[in-house]
Amino acid sequence: MTTENAAALVLSDGTVFHGEAFGATAEGVGEVVFHTGMTGYQEILTDPSYAGQIVCMTYPEIGNVGTNEEDEESRGVFLKGFVVRDHVDFPSNWRSQESLQSYLVRHEIPGVSGIDTRALVRHLRTRGAMNGYLVHGAVDLAQARTYAAELPSMEGRNLVDEVTCDQAYTWSEPPYGADAANLAAGKRYRVVAYDFGIKRNILRELVGAGFDVTVVPASTTAAEVLAIDPDGIFLSNGPGDPAAVPYAAAAVRELIGKRPIFGICLGHQILGLALGGTVHKMRFGHHGANQPAHDLETGRVMIASENHGFALDADSLTRDPEIEITHLNLNDQTVEGLRHRRLPLFSVQYHPEASPGPHDTAHLFERFRELIESGHAEA
Amino acid sequence: MPKRSDLRKICLIGSGPIVIGQACEFDYSGTQACKALKEEGFEVVLVNSNPATIMTDPGFADRTYIEPLTLDVLTTILERERPDALLPTIGGQTGLNLSIALAEAGVLDRLGIELIGAKLEAILMAEDRAQFRQAMADIGLRTPRSTYVRSMEQADEALVAVGLPAIIRPSFTLGGAGGAIGETKADYLEKLEWGLRQSPKSEVLVEESVLGWKEFELEVMRDQADNVVIICSIENFDPMGVHTGDSITVAPAQTLTDKEYQRMRDAAIAIIRKIGVDTGGSNIQFALNPENGEIVVIEMNPRVSRSSALASKATGFPIAKIAAKLAIGYTLDEIPNDITKATPASFEPTIDYVVTKIPRFAFEKFPGADSRLGVQMKSVGEAMSIGRTFKESLQKGMRSLEIDRYGFENLDITDEELNDRLKVARPGRLWAVGEAFRRGLSIEVVHALSKIDPWFLHQIAEIIAGEARFQQDGDLRRAKRDGFSDRRLAAISGVTEAEIRARRQAEGILPVFKRVDTCGAEFESHTPYLYSTYEQECEADPTDRDKVVILGGGPNRIGQGIEFDYCCVHAAIGLEKDGYETLMVNCNPETVSTDYDTSDRLYFEPLTLEDVLAIVATEKPKGVIVQFGGQTPLRLAVALEAAGVPILGTKPDAIDRAEDRERFVELIEKLGLRQPENGTARSVEAAKRLADGIGYPVLVRPSYVLGGRAMQIVHDVNELDTYMREAVTVSPEHPVLVDRFLPDAIEVDVDAICDGETAIIGGIMEHIEEAGIHSGDSACSLPPYSLPRYILDEIREATRALALELGVVGLMNIQFAVVEDKVYVLEVNPRASRTVPFVAKAVGLPLAQLGARVMAGKKLAELGVVAEIEPAHVSVKEAVFPFMKFSGVDTLLSPEMKSTGEVMGIDREFGRAYAKAQRAAGMNLPREGTVLLSIRDEDKSRIVEVARTLIAEGFSIVATHGTARCLKDSEIPSEAVNKVPEGSPHTVDLIQQRKIDLVIATTRTGDPVAVRDSATMRRAALEHGVPYFTTVAGARAAAGAIRAIRADAVEPLALQDIHRG
Repeated sequence: MTTENAAALVLSDGTVFHGEAFGATAEGVGEVVFHTGMTGYQEILTDPSYAGQIVCMTYPEIGNVGTNEEDEESRGVFLKGFVVRDHVDFPSNWRSQESLQSYLVRHEIPGVSGIDTRALVRHLRTRGAMNGYLVHGAVDLAQARTYAAELPSMEGRNLVDEVTCDQAYTWSEPPYGADAANLAAGKRYRVVAYDFGIKRNILRELVGAGFDVTVVPASTTAAEVLAIDPDGIFLSNGPGDPAAVPYAAAAVRELIGKRPIFGICLGHQILGLALGGTVHKMRFGHHGANQPAHDLETGRVMIASENHGFALDADSLTRDPEIEITHLNLNDQTVEGLRHRRLPLFSVQYHPEASPGPHDTAHLFERFRELIESGHAEA
Repeated sequence: MPKRSDLRKICLIGSGPIVIGQACEFDYSGTQACKALKEEGFEVVLVNSNPATIMTDPGFADRTYIEPLTLDVLTTILERERPDALLPTIGGQTGLNLSIALAEAGVLDRLGIELIGAKLEAILMAEDRAQFRQAMADIGLRTPRSTYVRSMEQADEALVAVGLPAIIRPSFTLGGAGGAIGETKADYLEKLEWGLRQSPKSEVLVEESVLGWKEFELEVMRDQADNVVIICSIENFDPMGVHTGDSITVAPAQTLTDKEYQRMRDAAIAIIRKIGVDTGGSNIQFALNPENGEIVVIEMNPRVSRSSALASKATGFPIAKIAAKLAIGYTLDEIPNDITKATPASFEPTIDYVVTKIPRFAFEKFPGADSRLGVQMKSVGEAMSIGRTFKESLQKGMRSLEIDRYGFENLDITDEELNDRLKVARPGRLWAVGEAFRRGLSIEVVHALSKIDPWFLHQIAEIIAGEARFQQDGDLRRAKRDGFSDRRLAAISGVTEAEIRARRQAEGILPVFKRVDTCGAEFESHTPYLYSTYEQECEADPTDRDKVVILGGGPNRIGQGIEFDYCCVHAAIGLEKDGYETLMVNCNPETVSTDYDTSDRLYFEPLTLEDVLAIVATEKPKGVIVQFGGQTPLRLAVALEAAGVPILGTKPDAIDRAEDRERFVELIEKLGLRQPENGTARSVEAAKRLADGIGYPVLVRPSYVLGGRAMQIVHDVNELDTYMREAVTVSPEHPVLVDRFLPDAIEVDVDAICDGETAIIGGIMEHIEEAGIHSGDSACSLPPYSLPRYILDEIREATRALALELGVVGLMNIQFAVVEDKVYVLEVNPRASRTVPFVAKAVGLPLAQLGARVMAGKKLAELGVVAEIEPAHVSVKEAVFPFMKFSGVDTLLSPEMKSTGEVMGIDREFGRAYAKAQRAAGMNLPREGTVLLSIRDEDKSRIVEVARTLIAEGFSIVATHGTARCLKDSEIPSEAVNKVPEGSPHTVDLIQQRKIDLVIATTRTGDPVAVRDSATMRRAALEHGVPYFTTVAGARAAAGAIRAIRADAVEPLALQDIHRG
C-alpha cells in the first residue's frame, strides 16, 4: 500500500494495526470498542452512545448497503473513528442514497480498513477496551503511541453534555413502516424524554406506543420536567460513564415516585444510581445485536441489542429489598434490568428500540404505557 | 426446563439413499441427533436404508435397522421396538413424509408413540401449501399468488389467476421434484401435466412468478419455552427462479440494511410460532423485490435441511444436535455452546467472515439432460468456503469445487454465447460473469441479463480488475488477500504454480488460520474449527502431539460421495484410539467429516495442493492420509510427497503402479495373474490399431478416472472414432486405455486390508449386473451368491498376492471378472473404495478404522484381525439413480457411473435380501400381476428361465413380438404387444394404463437405433413407478426375489442382532 492511502490504528498499549485510509482525512482519538452486529452500521455510526469511541465492526464487509436518511439515529455522527476489515464502496440496496465513503467524509469521520480486525478484537477481549489513535497518512509511531497512552480514560468522562440537545423539542415521527391509521387510535399520553444521547428509534417507538414526546436536554431539572406535567418520564441511552453526570441522577432521584419512569441503557444506569446503586466499568462491554437477556420473571431469553461499557453492580441494588433485578445477561450474569417493587419505575440495560438489532423486547414501550395507565386507574 | 423423564426410547428415521436434493447432510444431522440422544441416556432406534452413513454404524444407535423406508416396514419395527417417541425432523423430507404417513395411518396413536419436535398439525401446516398460505395470511405475511390444480381441467382457471410465467410445484415431493416454470401457455400445460404425475397426491400448486427477485433464507430455532433464535441468514447469489440447492449462496446476507433484516427476522419468528414447530430448527425462504423491498414468503421446512447443515457449518452452531436436545425437553438457555463453553446456546451466532456455497453438477453424466437451472434441484453436491472477505471466500469456493478451476479462468466463447450464459442460469454462470467483465461489459448490462445483485457483480468485477492489476504490478500480497489461488496467479502471469509458491515463501506471504467461533471473537473458543486467510494473526496454535492429517473427499459428485466421507470419519475414530491428534481437511458442508465434533481439529479448506501444504506447514503432522477421500486427495499424493509431506500407508509409487496401465501390466505378469488384453493409446490411430488387435467390442476410457467418467464400450471402428473425437482428448499426456470387453462376465469386487505383511479379505462381493455396467451402478451380494468356492479361493489368492506385491499398507479394492471359470483382474485400487461402508456393515468389522490404524503403524494381529469374516446372512447393495430429475434422459446402465447413492438389504438368503434392497431403492417388486418382457436377441435364451419362474409365481406375461415368439418356442404363454415404433397400442400405452406391474427390457447398448426406440418404454416405467430391470442378471435376481417374498414374509432385522457374538 502506498503512503497516501495508508492509515493506522495505534492503541494505548503500543499495539499498532496498519491498514488503508477511508472516510474523512482526519485524526480520531477515543476508546476502541468492537461491535458484533452483522447489520446496522449506519445506526451504529449515528448512535450518540458511541461518542468518544472508535468502533471496530467484527463483520468484515462494511458499506454494502450505503446509507439513507431513514436510518439516521441522531442529528450526526459522534464516534471518533470507524474500523473495518473491508470497506465496500459500491452499495447495493433500493434505499441507499449515499455511499459510506461519502457519508463519512461529509461527517468528517476517519476510517481505517484492511486491518486484521479479528486480531484487534481478540486483543481488546484479552486486554480490555483501551484508547486508540486512528491516523491517516504517514505516522510517527513513537509519537502516536505516546499520544494514545496519554488519552484520558472513559471512566469519569462526561460525554453526555457533548451529545444532548440544546433545547427541548417535540417528536412525532412514528416507527419505520408503521401504519399511521393504527397509531391515531387510542388515548395518547405525554412523556418527557431525557436526552442523554437519545436514539431516534426510541422516540419513534414511544410515538408508536401512544406517547406525545417532549425531548429535554440532559441538564433539565426535576422541577422543569414536572412543570410540563408529563404522564411519564423516559431516561435515554447515552455515552460513557453515568457517574460522570451526577446532575442527571440527582434530578431522577427527585422524580422517582412522582411519575412513572422507564430507562434504557445509560438511563437505566442513571436510574440505578438514583436508587443508590453503583456502576463499574466492564472489561470490553457489550456491543452487539445477539446478547441473551434472561427475563427472570418469565424464564424466557430475549435476544437483545446492547451497547454499554459500564454496568450496574447487582449487590449495590439488592441492598434495598424493594429493588428487584428483572433481567440478567446469560453470558456474564451482568444486570440487564431492574424495577421497584412499590414505585412505578423500571429500566433495562439493553435496547428494546433495537435499530440496530432484534425487536424481541419492543413490547417494553407498551409496558411503559401500561404502567402509566395502571397508575391512572388507581388514581 | 430439564430433560423429560417420561421418555426412554426414541426412534429416528434417516433419509435413505443419497439422491439429488437429499444427500449427506441428513447423515450429519442424524448422526448428531443420535449422539445427542445417546449422550442424554436415551435408547435410540434408528431406521435408514443407506449403509454408507455414519449414523447406521452399530455404535451410534442401540437398535439399527438398515431396512427399506416404507410405511409397513416402519410399522413392523415400531410394533417390535415400542419406542416412546418418534423424532420426525432429522431425516429430511423422506423421514418427515414417513412420519406423516405413520401418524395418519394411526400407527403412532395405536402404539402410544409421541411425535416430538414437531406435531403432525404443524408439519402439515408447513407442508400443505394451502394451509401454509392461509397461515401466512393470518399473520399478515404475503405469499406469491397461487392456486391449486388437481386435474388438467383446472389449468385455464389457474392461469387466469396467476399469469405467465407461472411456477408449477407438485405437493409432497423432495428437492422440488417436478417443479418447473411455464413460460408460454403450451409450455405451462405440458409442465402442469408432468407435475400432476410427480405429486404422490396428484396435486400441483400453480404460483405467481417472482423470477428475478432476490432470495434469502433464515435458519430459525425454537424451544418449548418459546425462545426463538435465528442461527444464520443466507443470501442467494442467483436470483429467484433457481432452486436454492442449485444457487450459489452466501452467509450472512450481504445486501440488507438492519431495518430490512429485522423485518425478515420478525417474519421468520412469527412463522415458526404460527406453524407451531414446538422445538428444533426450521428453514424459511423469502423472496424480496429489489425495487421496493417487498417481501413474500416462499416456503418453510419444519425440519433440519440442507440449508441448516450449511448454516451449522457456516456458524459453528450445531443445529441438529441442539434440535435433538430441545426435542427431549431442554430449553436453549440450558444447553451450553460447545465452542465457547462459557456461554449458552440461547444467543444468535455472529460471524466475522464470509461463507460461500457453490453447487456442483453432473450434467456430463447425463447427455441430453436439460442443464438449465430452475425450481427443481439438479446439483449433486456442493462446496463451502470461508474467507474474511467475499472475494476471498468466493475464490476459495471456486477452487474447492474440484472441476479444475482455480479462479475466474477465461472462457473461449463468442459474445453471443456469453450473453446467453449470463441470461440463462446454467452450471458455471459464475465464470460467464467474470468473462463479461473481462470483456468490458458494465455491471448494469450484466445485471440486466442475469438479475444477479449488483453488489455481487461489483465484487466480481473487482476480482477481474485485480487480475489485470496483478499482471501489471505483481503485488502478490494484495492478490492473496483477495483470495487468488497460486495456480490462477501462475496462469495469468505465465509462470508455474511452484514459482508463485516459492516467491510467496521467500517474501513471507503465508496464510494464517482463523477460528470459527459463533461469536465474532467476543469469547474464547475451545473447539479448533479453522479456515485460512491472509492476515496478521494466526490462531491455529498447533499442539505438539503426534498428529495425522486426513484429507476428505470434497464436494459430492457421482462416483465420489458419502462412502468416502464415511471412511474419513472412521479414520479419525480409529486414529484417536491410537492416541493421535486427528486433523480433518474438507470443504463439503454436508458431511459428518466437517462436523467439528468428528476430529480433534477441523480445517474447512479447499483440497488443493496449495491449501493442503499450508496446513501441513502449520501443523507438521506425522503423516497425511490421502487414500480415504476418493480421487480428490489421491490426485494430490504425488505432489504432496514431492513437497516432502509424509504420506501414510501405501506409497504413492504403489498407487502409481496400480493406476499406470503399463506398469500394471508388468505387475499382473509378474504375479502370473490374468487380465483382459489391453493397451494404452496416445493417439487416435494407436487406439484403432490396438482395438483391431484386441478385437471388438472394447472398453475405452481415459486413464486416471473414478466413477467411470467417459468410459464406454465400443463395438466397431466407427464408434471408436466417434468416441475418440467427442468424448476424450487423447494425447501423450492424456492416454486412453483400451481393454478387451468380456461379454457375460460376472464382476467381483473385493475389499481387503493389508499391513504390508498380512493381507486379509474384508469382503467379496459378486455383482448382479454383468461386467460392462459400472461397478458403482451394479447391485452386489456379499457373500457371492452364485460363484463356486474354488473361484472365490482363486480370487482370495490373487488379492493377497497383489496386496503384498504392491506393499499395500491400509485398504485396497480389486475388481475381478469371472468368465467361464477364468478369473481376470480388471482393476486394483490401493485405497479405500466406495464399498467399504457396505462391507463393514455386512461383516460387522470397522474396516476403515482398521485401515487407518494400520496406516499409522499398527499390525493387523495387534488389532485382533486375523481372518476373513464370512457372514451367515446375505447383504445386497443396490444403486439409486437420479433419472427422475432429468426429464428425457435414458435409464440404461453403462460403464459410465450414474448412481448417486445406495441402499442395503440384509436377510438370511439372497432372494429376500435382494427384495429388501430393491424395495429400499424404490423398486417395489410386485407379488402378482403382469410383467412386460422386451428382450434383445442375445439375451433371449437366457430370459426363458426368468419367464418360467414368473409364470410359476402366477404372473402373466406381455412381450414384444420377437420376445413373444421366443417364449412361445419354449412353450411359455404370453400376449404380444407392439414396440413403440410399431405404433399404438404399444408398450408405453400399457405402462401408462397401469396394466404392467414389472418391466424387463434389455437392449443392444451398442445400437443407437435400438436404444432410441426403446428409451421411451424405460422412461415410462420410471415415471409411472413401475419396477424395471434392464439386464437379464437383474431380472433373474428379481424373479428369485419375487419367489422368496411370496414364499415367506420378510421381517426387518437389527444390525445388533445380526452381528451379536
